[in-house]
Amino acid sequence: MRDQKIAYIDLSTGEVRTGLIPEKMRRMYLGGRGIDVYLLYNHVPPGCDPLGEANVLTVSAGLLGGTPAPSSGRCHLGAKSPLTGLIGSSNMGGFFAPELRFAGFDHLVITGAAEKPVYLWIRDGDIRILDASHLWGKDTSETPAAIRTELGDEDVKVACIGVAGEKLVRFANVLTGLKNSAGRTGMGCVMGSKKLKAIAVRGTQSLPVSKPQEAFDYLKRFTDMIQDHPIFKVFSKRGTLMFQDDSDMIGRVRNRNFQFNQVPDGRSLYSENTERFSLGMAACFGCPIHCRHRYVVPEGPGRGTYVEGPEWSTLGALAAEVDCRRMEAALVGNYLVNKYGLDSLEAGSMISWAMELYEKGIIDDKTTDGLKLEWGSEAAVYEMIRRIAEREGLGDILAEGPLRAIEKLGEESRYYNIHVKGMSSLHTDERPTPPMALGIATSTRGADHLRSRPGVDANLLPPDVRDKLFGFATPNIDTYEGGGKLIWWHELMYVISDALGTCKFHPLFMSPSTLTFEDYANLAGWIAGLELSSEEMVDIAERIYTLERMFNNREGATRADDTLPERFFVEPTPLGLGSFQGATIDRQKFEDMLDEYYQAHGWDKEGVPTVETLARLGLDKEPSRII
Amino acid sequence: MMRKMLIVDHSRCTGCGLCELVCSVNKGGAANPAAARITVVKWEPICVDTPMVCQQCDTAPCATVCPVQALSRDEELGRVTINYERCIGCRFCIAVCPFGAMGFDPVTRKVIKCDLCDGDPVCVKFCEPRAIQYVDASAANAAKSRQAAEKLADLMKRVAVATSA
Repeated sequence: MRDQKIAYIDLSTGEVRTGLIPEKMRRMYLGGRGIDVYLLYNHVPPGCDPLGEANVLTVSAGLLGGTPAPSSGRCHLGAKSPLTGLIGSSNMGGFFAPELRFAGFDHLVITGAAEKPVYLWIRDGDIRILDASHLWGKDTSETPAAIRTELGDEDVKVACIGVAGEKLVRFANVLTGLKNSAGRTGMGCVMGSKKLKAIAVRGTQSLPVSKPQEAFDYLKRFTDMIQDHPIFKVFSKRGTLMFQDDSDMIGRVRNRNFQFNQVPDGRSLYSENTERFSLGMAACFGCPIHCRHRYVVPEGPGRGTYVEGPEWSTLGALAAEVDCRRMEAALVGNYLVNKYGLDSLEAGSMISWAMELYEKGIIDDKTTDGLKLEWGSEAAVYEMIRRIAEREGLGDILAEGPLRAIEKLGEESRYYNIHVKGMSSLHTDERPTPPMALGIATSTRGADHLRSRPGVDANLLPPDVRDKLFGFATPNIDTYEGGGKLIWWHELMYVISDALGTCKFHPLFMSPSTLTFEDYANLAGWIAGLELSSEEMVDIAERIYTLERMFNNREGATRADDTLPERFFVEPTPLGLGSFQGATIDRQKFEDMLDEYYQAHGWDKEGVPTVETLARLGLDKEPSRII
Repeated sequence: MMRKMLIVDHSRCTGCGLCELVCSVNKGGAANPAAARITVVKWEPICVDTPMVCQQCDTAPCATVCPVQALSRDEELGRVTINYERCIGCRFCIAVCPFGAMGFDPVTRKVIKCDLCDGDPVCVKFCEPRAIQYVDASAANAAKSRQAAEKLADLMKRVAVATSA
């Protein structure tokens, strides 16, 4: 392993300090989300104001970022979240993290706040803080273009914030390329609070590969598997949008906020509609899957602009949830949230919440300044996106995120907001699938599927194949028993992917042909020269996830926060096939599942890691301030 | 007599850069796209990616300007090769290459170019969308002409349907 560096950048003083990452830390946390949570637990002062100078923003490349590990382009960002007050943790694809590694750095720890807007320019071991006054106010495509021009290098990779981040929208994203964004938990808001407009990076240094032949053989097998895999054959042409088809058909999507679990006449949002607009597929760094579309905005704001996306989540949030049933609504909405730099899931969820409040008469034209927030109104959705980003009127309230917006719009509004720990839930309905519901309840960063969602095709496999795959008896996805352990297992699997900096679309499609803990352990050895067993990999994952839990507990989170929106327990799903119709979450069975989940992690009934667990994982002396 | 050649279909490229990555590992044992013999040029604002690689020109400008005859044609594999024992590192070849395909390894500080991996190009093996292919020289245009012919055939069918109706 080459001596990749960590850089400590104080924006208040302008001081930049660098250090090495001891191998011991690699063996305990790998890199990416692993080292990232260590840095947060050790550097974020407990109880600090997320928008204050004391908060820390971390930018992390995975242990295998930029190497021949499959799809190794992921970048992890962390801070105390201004949205939830708990751990901020967000992950983006693209080319930024590999470039950061080629420039010699694996981790950035950014503290303080600049007086005037700045951006970081990182080039082959050198870090400079440059003036960004002239970039303030620019959108997320103008910003990288201006930076590349002034640095005179078109190959510079840029991660930046848009207007939403500057205006401290609590769910502002950080964006790199045309659409890759760290959307969740408001990392763009933290950048805005530090007056950090962008990070530009360019690297030409080498990352050694311990055993190139082994790495190549594996990559070749993986690429061949992708070409033959029945799911990837569709996925590589339609992207995540393909999940809208089966999810809508069986009844596990959100429509009209959370009133329906299917879109009426929803076929117009199925992925077959991508064929009308897609110019072809684009990929992140070194990825044979290429899951995102390239297209030209067909109408409305931004018409004629070349963009990428949308993801299924964006389609769900900005079309299905708000009941806009034309694919064009998702295409324009996707363009807008990316231009302004907003998390699409949070934006769509907040707007659909406001629409239900408007329908129910809890807010009226006075609150909306005359805007008719009616279901299916594309114009209203586009306008609300702009108002949130610019913090105008009702937009200014929604920009505060669920917890604060509920306080402002009153107690009556609370029931209709679909959030966990202060982060809006995604575009799917988990009532028919209790283990998935548990997953969004226990997720350390708030309601989210990318912490633990069990694989799509795992459920279709015969139980004996499945049990072999997971190493224990697994439940069907519509039952409770065994759900706790299923979610625990997936949380650990996803942690490893994030710590290595590879894409979750490998384990997400849990099937006998995709990556296992053993594969990940092998890759760490072949590429980074870090010899680990698959058992050690599981321990590392447990250490990382438990430390995230400790961060949240330190900020005051308890078992009571690992719950679901009230609607999950009391309103049955009105539509859907078979067991997907008439489903609610049973409170007692949910609590039992939560007990099982805590037990699997080695945490007590209150969700606090036990003394034995801390000792076993070597977490009993945290914070230890090694790096 | 050259039998095979490397062809690039830009319209299929997804911009992932795996070609650069595996090229750099294959040639230098380390991951470093900046040291690859193939480069994916990106125009982010218009969603275009174009892999650029040595065209192995018949009348190669790089070989023509080389003051020490370090560059020469290898007719067996249809490529232009560098003799590093002769190369003095003057980088004239970089200056004259019309495709920017002659590169410079920032780590070893040597001029580098595609050598078709001695007839088994690694980039081709890993290009899932098949934007880079290594094909018989006689068939270099076959895929493109079939594609165009299919469009024509489709058109003819529609004409036939329209006239018979």
